[in-house]
Amino acid sequence: MNNDISALLRILRDYRTIAIVGLSAEWSRPSFFVAKYLQGFGYRIIPVNPRYAATGTPILGETCYASLTEIPVPVDMVDVFRKAEDVLPIAREAISIGAKCLWQQLGVVNLEADALAREAGLDSVFNRCVKIEHARLKGGLNWAGINTGVISAKRQG
Amino acid sequence: MMDHIYRPETLTIHAGQIPDKATGARALPIYQTTSFVFDSADHAASLFNLQTFGNVYSRLSNPTVAALEERVAALEGGRAGLASASGMASEAMVLMTLLQQGDHVVAAGALYGGSVSLLAVNLAKMGITTTFVDARKPEAFAAAIQPSTRAVFAESLGNPSLTVMDIAAVADVAHAHGLPLVIDNTVPSPFLCNPIQFGADIVVHSATKYLAGHGTTLGGVIVESGKFPWGNGKFPGMTEPSAGYHGVKFFETFGDFAFCMRARMETLRVYGAALSPMAAWQILQGTETLHVRMERHCSNARKVAEFLKNHKRVAWVNYPGLAEHPDHALVQKQMRQVDGEPGASGLLAFGVKGGLQAGVRFIEAAQFMSHLANIGDTRTLIIHPASTTHRQLDEAQQVAAGVLPDMVRMSVGIEHIDDILWDIDQALERSA
Repeated sequence: MNNDISALLRILRDYRTIAIVGLSAEWSRPSFFVAKYLQGFGYRIIPVNPRYAATGTPILGETCYASLTEIPVPVDMVDVFRKAEDVLPIAREAISIGAKCLWQQLGVVNLEADALAREAGLDSVFNRCVKIEHARLKGGLNWAGINTGVISAKRQG
Repeated sequence: MMDHIYRPETLTIHAGQIPDKATGARALPIYQTTSFVFDSADHAASLFNLQTFGNVYSRLSNPTVAALEERVAALEGGRAGLASASGMASEAMVLMTLLQQGDHVVAAGALYGGSVSLLAVNLAKMGITTTFVDARKPEAFAAAIQPSTRAVFAESLGNPSLTVMDIAAVADVAHAHGLPLVIDNTVPSPFLCNPIQFGADIVVHSATKYLAGHGTTLGGVIVESGKFPWGNGKFPGMTEPSAGYHGVKFFETFGDFAFCMRARMETLRVYGAALSPMAAWQILQGTETLHVRMERHCSNARKVAEFLKNHKRVAWVNYPGLAEHPDHALVQKQMRQVDGEPGASGLLAFGVKGGLQAGVRFIEAAQFMSHLANIGDTRTLIIHPASTTHRQLDEAQQVAAGVLPDMVRMSVGIEHIDDILWDIDQALERSA
């Protein structure tokens, strides 16, 4: 797992196209919060959810795909909003489409998928939220009194 | 690469405050503003929906206040913090977020008088009941737990009883029943004791005391550990759509800082006990020297306790830093060492020979020790709790809170120890 500050900063700096597996179109769902937040910081988000793909419903202006393998553009990060037991096949697909990072969201921990991703040379993060980590390290989360762990004499941003 | 682990003496100065993004200011700017502009209607909607992190209105959040929140959270080894206008306000924010009509609390009997009033009077008016138990008996906490119990509340070091609670033992009891342990850690300050390390789930501070440290400013902070399993079925307010905030499911959305987010958006937002940015800044000035001050408070208090113990006009001395104190082993376990001795903070109590009247004469004879109702100042403070801080309690409640009729409470300051001992000695001589 890459959970130290320098690795997370590199991941968030370099990986700009993020496929979000299990993204909901409901505004009050955590996955929607994350996608909207990431778009606001210039990341390209690609929804992956068969439920919305079947009806051709875009989410946040982006076409929704039924699976990772249907995405027609290169994907940097696969961000997983699914139950832990569903992650392993998603990890295999992430590897097969050449993604560079498997990210299991807060509350999602599949250690087998983590090991598989790392063996294939991917960065792997689990039980963390992309939005929270971005805000923690890029200076938004201290808005809410979160213990960011960031100690620095340089301006953040 | 592993992240570097910073020590408390560095966190007191740096945590929560990096140079200002806009100006590069090294010291913390005071964002003295009620409100913050929206970039667009969509930005406003995202902020209100909590989809974008940012400030809307200073009753909810403010960058200067947030620096204090993060600093105390970091010092406590917690996940997040939430400040409010006083220690009592912070305690109310915790309990009003956790509890609703029909719920029950198990609390230590030896609590600060304001906490007893909040539980026994104000919350009781709203149909929330409390059973008070002996803080020294973890089994008494277990015996008092009911099906409707939703919180266990106690102090790490009782004020003014100076009882030290076995945090790990009571945390085990609370957790075995699926309940959070809330600890008021005001007296040790986060420099001397970190209750989360021993299993506490939520920590409350009156920042007015040692954190601010100079007797100038009121404030309070709560810190959550981020480890409590709010999804255990007992806390639907954490897991179900919030009636108080846009249907957000706080635990699912915010995970390990869900409690502070809910306390902020549901409770602080509505009750309005916000800390002002100016007050937060003043408290933060205090925190930067917390470690230096606490070391001196501890060493001075130990010397005062030894002096009182051998003084002919003193009937008894209660200081957890003394080896004969009944909780001394817990002090050794739970509190940081200062000069090779367990740091038992700066609070002590003693009885002046001659009872209540002699105690009053002692207080009135003091030259520079201040007679007032506060603790954790740079100055040495003295008070007679039975006739002041705890007078609203009846005698049985006073005894349960550890207040005896002849008791003088002293908050030992950081003046020169010889001057403190001189003032105590001359006042004791005149108390006869």
